[in-house]
Amino acid sequence: MKWFARRETVPTILVLLAFIAGAIESPYFLDFHYLLDSSSLYVETGLLALGMTLVIVSGQIDLSVASTMALTACTAAKLLALGWPTPVALLTTAIVGILLGSINGLLISGLKLPSFVVTLGTMAAYRGAAQVMLGAQSQKIPTNLSGIDFVRTLGTPIPLPLTILVVMAILVGLVLHRTVLGRWIYAVGTNNRASLYSGIPTAKVTVWVFAISGGLAAMAGTLIDSRLGVARFDHARGLEVDVITAVVLGGTAISGGSGSILGSMLALLLVALIRIGMGLANVTAEYQLAVVGTLLVITVIVGNLSEKIANSRSRRSPLAPSPTLTPSQEPHP
Amino acid sequence: MTRSTLLLTALGLVFVAGCNRDAGSAASTDTPSASKKLKIVYIPKNTGNPYFTEVNKGFEEAAKEIGADFSTTGPAAADATSQVPIIKEQIQRGVDVIAISANSPDALDPVLDEARSKGITVITVDADLVGNESHRDAAVLPADFNTVGTSQVELLGELTGYEGDFAILSATTDAPNQNAWIAKMKETLKDPKFSKMKLVDTVYGDDEPQKSTTECEGLLAKHPGLRGIISPTSVGLAASAQVVDRAGVFPGGPHATGKGLELTGLSTPNQLKKFVGTGAVTAFQLWAPSNEGYLAVYLGQAIHLKKVIPAAGADFETKKLGKVKFSSKLELIAGPLVKFDKSNIEKSNF
Repeated sequence: MKWFARRETVPTILVLLAFIAGAIESPYFLDFHYLLDSSSLYVETGLLALGMTLVIVSGQIDLSVASTMALTACTAAKLLALGWPTPVALLTTAIVGILLGSINGLLISGLKLPSFVVTLGTMAAYRGAAQVMLGAQSQKIPTNLSGIDFVRTLGTPIPLPLTILVVMAILVGLVLHRTVLGRWIYAVGTNNRASLYSGIPTAKVTVWVFAISGGLAAMAGTLIDSRLGVARFDHARGLEVDVITAVVLGGTAISGGSGSILGSMLALLLVALIRIGMGLANVTAEYQLAVVGTLLVITVIVGNLSEKIANSRSRRSPLAPSPTLTPSQEPHP
Repeated sequence: MTRSTLLLTALGLVFVAGCNRDAGSAASTDTPSASKKLKIVYIPKNTGNPYFTEVNKGFEEAAKEIGADFSTTGPAAADATSQVPIIKEQIQRGVDVIAISANSPDALDPVLDEARSKGITVITVDADLVGNESHRDAAVLPADFNTVGTSQVELLGELTGYEGDFAILSATTDAPNQNAWIAKMKETLKDPKFSKMKLVDTVYGDDEPQKSTTECEGLLAKHPGLRGIISPTSVGLAASAQVVDRAGVFPGGPHATGKGLELTGLSTPNQLKKFVGTGAVTAFQLWAPSNEGYLAVYLGQAIHLKKVIPAAGADFETKKLGKVKFSSKLELIAGPLVKFDKSNIEKSNF
């Protein structure tokens, strides 16, 4: 029954259902090339969701991701327009993203402020800075750098942005699930104080996760610039909601301490399939939102229930062979 | 971990199976595109906006006349990029004509290019790709941009006796038509006739009722002696009318300072009937939005079937609207502004 308790189970089943539903809803849905091409619209959300997974698992939240993405998108466009060589401009943009994330991390860990409040502030501040930089105007991207969503990966029909997302998902997944930093992130998210007393540099962990989140946002910012051919201060406005939805839908506990990259990516796939399927059937956006919202609530409820069932089972089983066990020895979940 | 790997594999299998099925069915053409009807889609700036519902009526009327397969779908919010996925979906649905009220003058360019490269005719309706006109085939605009701003300032002048401070409550900061009108209003004010009128503030309600309400309340608080507000957007004007009505600052209202505040702008008559009745709004203007949809259908059909190649100065004729001329930017104007007040508002029903 262990698989039943895995938080990825519900999103996996839903992905299959969404796929079948999409196929039934519209005759245009089952088109391999179209689905691959459509993935480019969700890659930016996916990159942000990778960073957000780390942040939420560590027990924090980053509301400023979409604004960071917009500010870095504007930065990249501005630097390119100023004639900076492309590699230098893109590297600088990445550094700006990491710095913006680090500012969040430092404010949260250094001043012991709640991440919700800090990133609510920087969400407005970064967006504002982007607007100061470009105003209401669009900044054009050089034509040789625009249209990354039409670039294929090494002769395959897979669009380059999707490959970038998969590679980044594997990298961030390795960090979270296979490194010391990853174990620290879980520990800090489970119990910050206990982690501190067991020698984990909790402040550093916080700065790290926000820096990674910022860096990924910069990557997303560069991608949206290329995809749309223009940079604007209102790029990705409100995208943080989609990002947090994907992460929570993917089974990451909003209270921290549990979650996985695989779950977030499955949830993103789910949301993408639902939106594409309903979009092709000309179902308007507000119904799509209603469906995604309902799914989110259902997933959280089912996820909690299955966890409880699994916990009660695992709690009962060790008791069975040794009925003399005293309540204090009972393993606490 | 193994279980979820299994599930993922299963997912992959379904995916591949689906693709194979598609490859097989492509030959049998079971898709609706087999019918020869012209497929037209209209993408408004956002759904639930009564203005675009009215534009849509014109689409439906004309589509019925020519026997086209017409559908409409739009984003929930009028953000610059919110129409991108929708356009992609319509390309995939194999439509012949995309009519769109663009939310951005440039962020849609790549995806509209993609649509046109696949033989889809792209017509912008009501909101054009200002400065990027080469990314669409032609445009249908509500009224002559150059006269809207002037007419609105003229109307406010008429209402206020050509004097006093006034403000503008617009839609989004990057809405191309709004900005064009505001620019024209500022230019008009340089005329000595308007020397006693002063534009003191421009605020943006993003075409959202709540935001527009807040912005209007802000204007009243910030400028107590304000003589006028121009809101050239249906959402903004309806929201402001509610605020002005509640505050009672309109001419003859219980809390009017001096001669009172004249609220005007652009809106559909139905939305303001109540407020013209209470006196919160004296007069406002609009064209007939349904004419835009009507014209767009005929224009889309003609361009798609290559019966018309848009050229500056050429005529385009429809039975209902008569002859209209393409401007140098290949725009067609659907009709002049009409003034609505107590005398005629009960006669109009849209």
